[in-house]
Amino acid sequence: MVQFIDVFKTYENGAKALKGVTFEINDGEFAFLVGPSGSGKSTIIKLITGEIAPMDGTVIVNGYDMGNIKFGKMPYMRRTLGVVFQDFRLIEDKTVYENVAFAMRVVGASTKEIKRRVPYVLELVGLDSRSRRRPQELSGGEQQRVAIARALVNNPSLIIADEPTGNLDPARSLEIMMLLEKINELGTTVLVVTHEKELVNSLSKRVIAIDGGRVISDGLDGYYNYEE
Amino acid sequence: MTDWTGIITMKSNRFGYYIKEGINSIFTHGFMSFASVCIIIACLIIMGSFSLLSLNVDHVIKVHEDENVMLAFVDETLTDTQAMALQDEIEAVPNVASAQFVSRDSAWNSFKDSYDSNSSMFDGLTSNVLRHRYIVYLDDISLMSQTQLDVEQIPGIARVNAHLEISDGFVKLRNIINTVSISLAAILFIISLFIMSNTVKLTTFERRDEIAIMKMVGATSSFIRWPFVVEGLILGLVGSLTAYILQWGIYQAFVQKVIGSVIQPFIIETLPFAAFAIPLLIVFIVIGFAVGVVGSVIAIKNYLRV
Repeated sequence: MVQFIDVFKTYENGAKALKGVTFEINDGEFAFLVGPSGSGKSTIIKLITGEIAPMDGTVIVNGYDMGNIKFGKMPYMRRTLGVVFQDFRLIEDKTVYENVAFAMRVVGASTKEIKRRVPYVLELVGLDSRSRRRPQELSGGEQQRVAIARALVNNPSLIIADEPTGNLDPARSLEIMMLLEKINELGTTVLVVTHEKELVNSLSKRVIAIDGGRVISDGLDGYYNYEE
Repeated sequence: MTDWTGIITMKSNRFGYYIKEGINSIFTHGFMSFASVCIIIACLIIMGSFSLLSLNVDHVIKVHEDENVMLAFVDETLTDTQAMALQDEIEAVPNVASAQFVSRDSAWNSFKDSYDSNSSMFDGLTSNVLRHRYIVYLDDISLMSQTQLDVEQIPGIARVNAHLEISDGFVKLRNIINTVSISLAAILFIISLFIMSNTVKLTTFERRDEIAIMKMVGATSSFIRWPFVVEGLILGLVGSLTAYILQWGIYQAFVQKVIGSVIQPFIIETLPFAAFAIPLLIVFIVIGFAVGVVGSVIAIKNYLRV
């Protein structure tokens, strides 16, 4: 679960990124976070992943109070999250299998667990036949599916996808959204940051629109209330 | 109940991962690894050479210190018994290790023996031209001047001969060599640390995306740090062992053969490598490890802050 209660954030250069943001995403929900460049979307993501701390207000992520979390607890909080980036961020000299296994390895999973879990997740994202390929041998859509598999492999309760379709054509974008929807149906909370209006409206999910550091609309019917 | 088997398996899995990643990184960044090892070798050999030089100078000084004695001459008005009774008083002076009585007869015979025994130049002379004397051995050659004054204060001692210029020269030489060696060792250690740290920094810079991904999926700082520490440890160990072997060869070749054959019989006596082989090996390995590990920890610190 993600809870933002009257959150303010001002950067060192004086830029006021968030001005009293309040919203809540419950376990098992699927939500879009939309807004123009500089609206505060990235700040919200960074607050959720613990890259920055709130200046005022409360941010709770999967039970961790992000304003007071100790540095040593941060890795354990991050293990409850899966993050997917627009630029995939795969390790070029590792195969698809190794990229996914790597995420398990770094949290101390045993080889036995890795051998059991990675093929299952690759099958879930439809890449079981591509496991020995390296990222550069795959299409953009396939690379993003590897990134989703990596985010999913440690069984997080929340997946954050930051512009996951920004580098993909419309058909591949829809595939990625369908995959995220399928993951959500399996019980994982999903928060997607995106600009793509058609895509957002086609899925009829909750949309949190942010502009100027404030939440300007929060609808459950897939309504895209933000006009660029 | 604690699942010890599970914990041990997990720990050994991680240990294997650290070793594997550390070794992989050494080969992946082969040139930088080679450069690091070369720098460690160069610094250790320079440090080692000066340390060995310092040890040898110390040894030579010690040998000459043992030979550098004072001569305390006894007042000729004292009887033989009174002269011999001064031994306890001389040995009670601070810094006097021991005193050896030499009678005027014994000194006279030695003096004559140093010349042609058939020489007529000693005709008509007796041992009475000489005084009874004590050969005074010292604990610390650098305090010779003060000890000379102290012995001269003893009633019955007429005069004390001491080669102060020689003792001062030895002390100054030892101080200079020691200061240069310690300063050079400290400077080279810092240089090695800096270069090692920069080498690992380049490696971490190349792998910054990988490190960012590791942080994002929940890797602990120690989990990220350990492969780099292993890399530094291995490079440090390889560098120190290679430097040790080279140092051994250089010492044998130059000190034992060149100095040994040309200069040694006349002036100095060098120490065999075996005299400091084990301590030197330990020092090299400790410095190699320290440079490798501390360099790695410094280099990766900035990447672990997020």
